Parts: sequence; C-alpha cells; structure tokens
Amino acid sequence: MTIFGKKVHIIFSLFLWALVWEVVGHTGWFDIFPPLTEIFKAGLEIVPTDKFHNAMSITLHAYFVGMGLAVLIGIPLGSLMGYSKVVDQLVGTWVNIFVSAPLTAIVPVLMVLFGIGQTTVIASVFMFAIWVIVLDTRAGVKSVNPSLPEMAFSFGANGWTVFTRIYLLAALPEVLAGIRMGLIRAVKGVVIGQLLVAIMGIGELFELYSRNFLFEEFWALLLMVFAFAFATAEAVGYVERRVEFYASAR
Amino acid sequence: MALRDLSRQAWMWKILSFVLFFGAWEIAGQIPISLSFPTFVDTFVAFMRMTFDGSFLGAYAQTVQPLLIGVLISSFAGIACGVGMGLWRGFEWCTLVIFIILQAAPVAAIIPLITYLYGIGLTSKVIAVVIMSLPLIVLNSYKGIRHTHPSLLEMSRSFQGSRMQEIMKIILPAASPLIFAGLRLGVGAGFIGVVLAELLITPTGIGDLITYHRSVADYPEMFAAITSIIVLAAVTLTGLLKLEVFVRPENRAR
Amino acid sequence: MNQVAEKVSNSADDTIVSVDGIAKRYEGGVQALKGVNLDIPAGQLTTFLGPSGCGKTTLLKIIAGLLDPTEGEVRIRGQKVTGPGPDRSFVFQDFALMPWATVIRNVAFGLELSGASKEERYEKATKYIAEVGLKGFEDAYPHELSGGMRQRVGLARALAVNADIILMDEPFASVDEQTRRKFQDDLLDLLAIEKKTVIFVTHSIEEAVYVSDQIVLLSRRPGKVANIFTTDLDRSVSPDEVRRQKNYLDSVDEIWAILREYLQEDESAAARKVRG
Ligand SMILES: Nc1ncnc2c1ncn2[C@@H]1O[C@H](COP(=O)(O)OP(=O)(O)OP(=O)(O)O)[C@@H](O)[C@H]1O
Ligand SMILES: [Mg+2]
Repeated sequence: MTIFGKKVHIIFSLFLWALVWEVVGHTGWFDIFPPLTEIFKAGLEIVPTDKFHNAMSITLHAYFVGMGLAVLIGIPLGSLMGYSKVVDQLVGTWVNIFVSAPLTAIVPVLMVLFGIGQTTVIASVFMFAIWVIVLDTRAGVKSVNPSLPEMAFSFGANGWTVFTRIYLLAALPEVLAGIRMGLIRAVKGVVIGQLLVAIMGIGELFELYSRNFLFEEFWALLLMVFAFAFATAEAVGYVERRVEFYASAR
Repeated sequence: MALRDLSRQAWMWKILSFVLFFGAWEIAGQIPISLSFPTFVDTFVAFMRMTFDGSFLGAYAQTVQPLLIGVLISSFAGIACGVGMGLWRGFEWCTLVIFIILQAAPVAAIIPLITYLYGIGLTSKVIAVVIMSLPLIVLNSYKGIRHTHPSLLEMSRSFQGSRMQEIMKIILPAASPLIFAGLRLGVGAGFIGVVLAELLITPTGIGDLITYHRSVADYPEMFAAITSIIVLAAVTLTGLLKLEVFVRPENRAR
Repeated sequence: MNQVAEKVSNSADDTIVSVDGIAKRYEGGVQALKGVNLDIPAGQLTTFLGPSGCGKTTLLKIIAGLLDPTEGEVRIRGQKVTGPGPDRSFVFQDFALMPWATVIRNVAFGLELSGASKEERYEKATKYIAEVGLKGFEDAYPHELSGGMRQRVGLARALAVNADIILMDEPFASVDEQTRRKFQDDLLDLLAIEKKTVIFVTHSIEEAVYVSDQIVLLSRRPGKVANIFTTDLDRSVSPDEVRRQKNYLDSVDEIWAILREYLQEDESAAARKVRG
C-alpha cells in the first residue's frame, strides 16, 4: 500500500487496527473491549506477579517438553516413512487421519490416561504438534534427489552415514517447515489442553480473568500469547528462508 | 490389469495397517496399560451398541448444528474476504496481517470470553467453530487468487478482456483448487472447534457423550464416542477430497 | 532530425507497425530498451533476434500494448498504440492455456471475451483447430497434450480472433527439435494461407533465418536495433534444400559473426571486472 507516494510496510496495518481498538475502547460501547492503553497497563501489572510467573513457567514447561518429544519422535518416524515404503504404507493412513482429526476430542482420553495434570497437557501438546512434523519430514526425505545418495554410496559411505548426512540434511527445509507448523500447533495444543484440564497455567488464568470480568488482564494475556505464537513461527520461518537457498540448488 | 493389481495391493496395505493398529489397541487393553484403557473389542461393541440404540444419532443431531452453521458462515464470509484481499491491494494491506496472526494464534483462548458474551447456547458454539475455521478459509482463498499464473492474466489482457471477465473467467477458476483446499482445512478446524465448544462451554451432543461416560467411568463408551467423531471427521474430509476432483473439469476427464 | 526524415520516407504504405524512439526502463531501474526505431512491413514475417536479456520480450509486449514504453510510441497503420487491440494477438512462450478448459474453449477464448455467441466461436475455433493440425483433440485438456501440441492450441487461439498481426514470443522454446522443425514448416504453410503480419522472437539464428522475411538484430542491453537483414530464400523447394541454400548459410554466418562479437565483448568486460 502506498500513502502519499510512499510504500508503507504491511506490518503497519497493525497500528491502524490498534488505533481503531483504542478509539472503540474509549467509547465504552463494548465492555469487553477496553482501550488498548488500559490493556497495556494491565499487562505491565500482571507480568511481575507470582501467579503469572507460575502460570508461565508451567505452560512453557509443557510446551517445550511436548514439542521436544514431538520433534524427537516425529523426525525419525517421518524419515522412516520417507525411506521405507512398508512403514509408509502401514503408518501413513493413521498419520493422515490424526493430522486433521479433531484432536480436542482426544484430550479427555489423555485426561483419563494421565490424570488431570501437567502430563496431560504435555501429551496434548505432543499430539497437536507431532503429525505435521512427521508428514513434512516424510515429504522432505522423499524429495531428496536420488543421485545424491547414489553419489555418496559410490564414494563408499555406509547406509547410516548416507541417512544422516544426505537424507536429513537435504530434507532440512521441509523438516524446518514441519517444525514451524508444529510450533504453531503446539501453542494451540497447550492452550486447549490447559483450558480443558481447567486448573492449570494460562488456561486457568483465561478462565479466571473472564469469569471475574477482568477484560484488561484477559486481553493482555491473550495478546502476549498471540505474540509468542507469531514470534516463534516467524523465527523458525527466518531460519527456513536461510536454508532455502541451498535447497533450491538441490 | 497392472493398475488393478496395484490398487488391490494398496487396499491390502490399508487393511493390514488397520489390523495392526487395532491389534495393538487390543493388546494394550488386555494388559491393561491403564485401568481406564478399554480393549478394542469392548470399544467396538460399545460403538455398535451406541450406533443402534440411537445415542450417536441423538448426539450428532445436536453437534452437527453448530458445526454446519459455523462452517457455512466461515465459507461464505471467508471466501468473500479472501477473494477481496486477493483483488484489492488496500483491503489486503489492512487485513492480511490480522488473518496471519489469527491463523497462527491459539484462538481457542477466546472461548471463555465468548461464553461470557453470548452465554452457553448455540451462538457461542457457532462462534467457536467460526473463529477456528475462518482464518484458514480466508488465507487459502487469498493465496489462490494471488497465485494466478501471471501469463494467464496477460493473455486475458491481450484479448482485451475486461477486469470483470478477468476475475470471472481466469482468476476465480485458477484459484478454485486452493479455495476448495481451504474449505477442507476449514471443515477440519470446524470439527476441532465444535468439539472444544461442546467440552468447554456446556456438554451437549458428542461432547456430552464423552463427558458423561467419562464421569461414570464407562470407558468403552467414552472411547467409542471419541472414535466416532474422529471417524466422522476423517470420512467427511476424505469425501471432500474426492469431491475436490470435481471442482476442476480437467481432473474429471479420464 | 535526419532520422525523422528517414522515418517519414520509410513509412511507405506497406508499413503496418512503426516503432518510434521506444525506450523502456523497468521500475527496478533496469534500462531494457533505448532508442528503438523500426518499421515492420505488412504481410511478412519479422524476427527479433538478440542476446538473452536484450529486451526482445519487452519490445514485443510494448507492441502488443501489454507494457507501456517509458519513451516513444508504437503506431499501427498510423494509430498510436495505447493498449491491447483487436488488430494484434499474442502467442505466449509458456502457452498460457487455461488448464481447466478444453482445447476448443481455449481456442475460442479470445472470441468468448469479445462476446461472440457460442455457436459462432466454436465454429471458428473448430476451423482453426483443424488448420493447426489438432483435429480430434477439441475436447482434450491441455495437460493431455504434448508441448508442441499445446503451442498449436496457442497459435490457433491467436488466429481465431482474426487479428492482422500475430506476435509470437519464442513460441518453440520449450519444444523439442524435431517438433520444432515440423512446427516451423507448418507455420510457414499456414501463413501462406492466412496472410498475416507476424512478429516473432527467437534465440535461434537458424530458426530466425529459416522462417523470416526480415530479421531485426538487437544489441545487448539496453537493446536497440543493431542491424536489419532481409533474407531472400527460395521456399518453393523442400525444407532440407532451403537449409542448404547459399543465402541461408550466408545469413546464418553473418548473424553469428555479429552475435559472437557481443559475446567476446561480454567476456572481456567480465574479465576486466575480475581483474579491476
Ligand atoms: N518486470 C521486470 N522488472 C524489471 N526488470 C525486468 C522485468 N522484465 C524484464 N526485465 C529485465 O529487462 C531486461 C530485458 O528483458 P526481456 O525479457 O525483454 O529480455 P529478452 O530479450 O526477452 O530475454 P530472453 O532472451 O532471456 O527472453 C532483462 O535484463 C530483464 O532482466
Ligand atoms: Mg524473452
């Protein structure tokens, strides 16, 4: 978009919306939309509190443990699917079902299996994140130019070296894309898990704030979580673009 | 002949993978890995019973309502919005970042607020479905419009096509596969939204079945209910995928 | 001043397209064309030939009205070009076929946009599909055709709107050599019937000499007219014999000598850059 003949970066549209929000907030028409400045103040107030710290640390813990497990299991599984047709045929159907399944329905299963607590939230993060990592890794391994492993074998490399040095490295762009999607889904997983478990982390805070009509605090927390989701995804996207240039030469 | 062999082989693999999964489930239930983990056979029996005694029918009669209304709203609004963003730069500039953020963010967190605003009725559940599915539909439609091959646009221009003709005869048909893919993603997200709403806002429909059987420790029934919604989602999405072939006439040929 | 005088005297009534002082500077700052002056005779096949990136496509699109020049103007029978018009049709290098439409609908697309009735446009399309040798493929989809056949569809579409001038941007670039030769001959046969003015862009010296009446050699970027050759081949003989004619061989050599000079200049410029 150009204003007065100058290109304005698209990110500045957010300022426009922030302005609209601020104005609407001051009119007082909707009590659920307090002015953005008030929300910002509330944010500054809740950040130093113990309650917030506890909620954040428990949430981040579930997020990173669940995500870590998803990466640790998802990448080998995906590579195996890309590498071996048998594994692909056997597991493929299920991965494809789970990647688009209503995983919210699985959380109650996790609750009866792991109890109402942190383990369930970790498991729900895992369930939300893993499938897309598996599928993208598989696609990456499958798209490796077959002359690359042939070349490596011809230089006397063994199967394992070829797998780690050629397949995984060549599939890196897709693997990173999978991790990026996984990170985004993991944030959804942690929030949905905590909302359903209901007594944990930021999920509990969301319930608490909305039940007590603390809209400033509610929006402050929500915007922080949104910003976190967006920033992590963009950070991996940045690495992805750095890697892409050698992928294009693949 | 060879083709038929191949497709028969694919079926064999599919059946084998189902057998393996259900076998593993059965064994895990027999051990049992947890007291609340039912065997596959028990779950299957419960599934059949609930299918025939009308529990599923009653539950889905309720669940389908917010799902269908929500997905319809998201589809119309989402396609209109995405197409608009693809066609008008100003509109794109204003809204694109918002939808990118909404797609990446855990919008489920807003549900408590929606409940405060609209109560525990149908409206809240419809909104839960819409907020989950709308961003996907919008962004896919937008991408479809923007990825129209530039030489097709140039071609239309070289024959003095008007902007309207360009939109109707080139841009929209070119975007239709991505728009349809967006609808499919939107329906998938709609399922997530409706289940979440039925578990979180108030138990109704399938959410009620899950919550109720869990509370009285009828684990086979609970697992059967969960399986049913996953099956329904998978069948719906596969059906849409099959339908997608018909969106583009060239795929129908041969 | 001199040039203008020359222009006027050149604009005899057989000139259909005149390119006058065209310059094109792209937004990024690339000067693609500078001071291009050219007259294109009616009813003949004129080729633009030149090193890669010299602005051939740019010039062709400016003539088509798809791009605006930064300076200068193009006139068609004295009328200034301000955009695409019914007197010109374009054949695209990447074919630009609609994958969702059948061959006949693709061919009839120009007529569809101008609001012709379905019978009328399908009748015309059927005729041109037969003329380019695709009879029987009316209901096929582009992805079912080979590259050469797709380009025939593109050509039929351009012919169907009955424009006087056909603009072709490397139409055979993504077609294999045998198909290409066959296509060149078919094109020549077709043009003998249709009596069109054709402006043709190519990379290949042999192709340029073989198909054209007039070859416009463009210099390196910023492109301008370096040389104009008229080939005078006796086309009454078989294609192979045409390619053995002295005229043909001499023209190929002459053009290659000029293009080779550009290459050497490029190399020495690159070498200077490395050293300096
Ligand atoms: N849209 C554009 N924006 C900026 N520069 C462009 C654009 N299109 C072309 N150019 C540049 O203008 C110059 C001429 O381009 P053009 O495509 O006309 O060359 P060409 O002679 O057709 O080349 P080729 O033989 O490779 O097809 C090139 O250097 C190209 O990089
Ligand atoms: Mg070109």
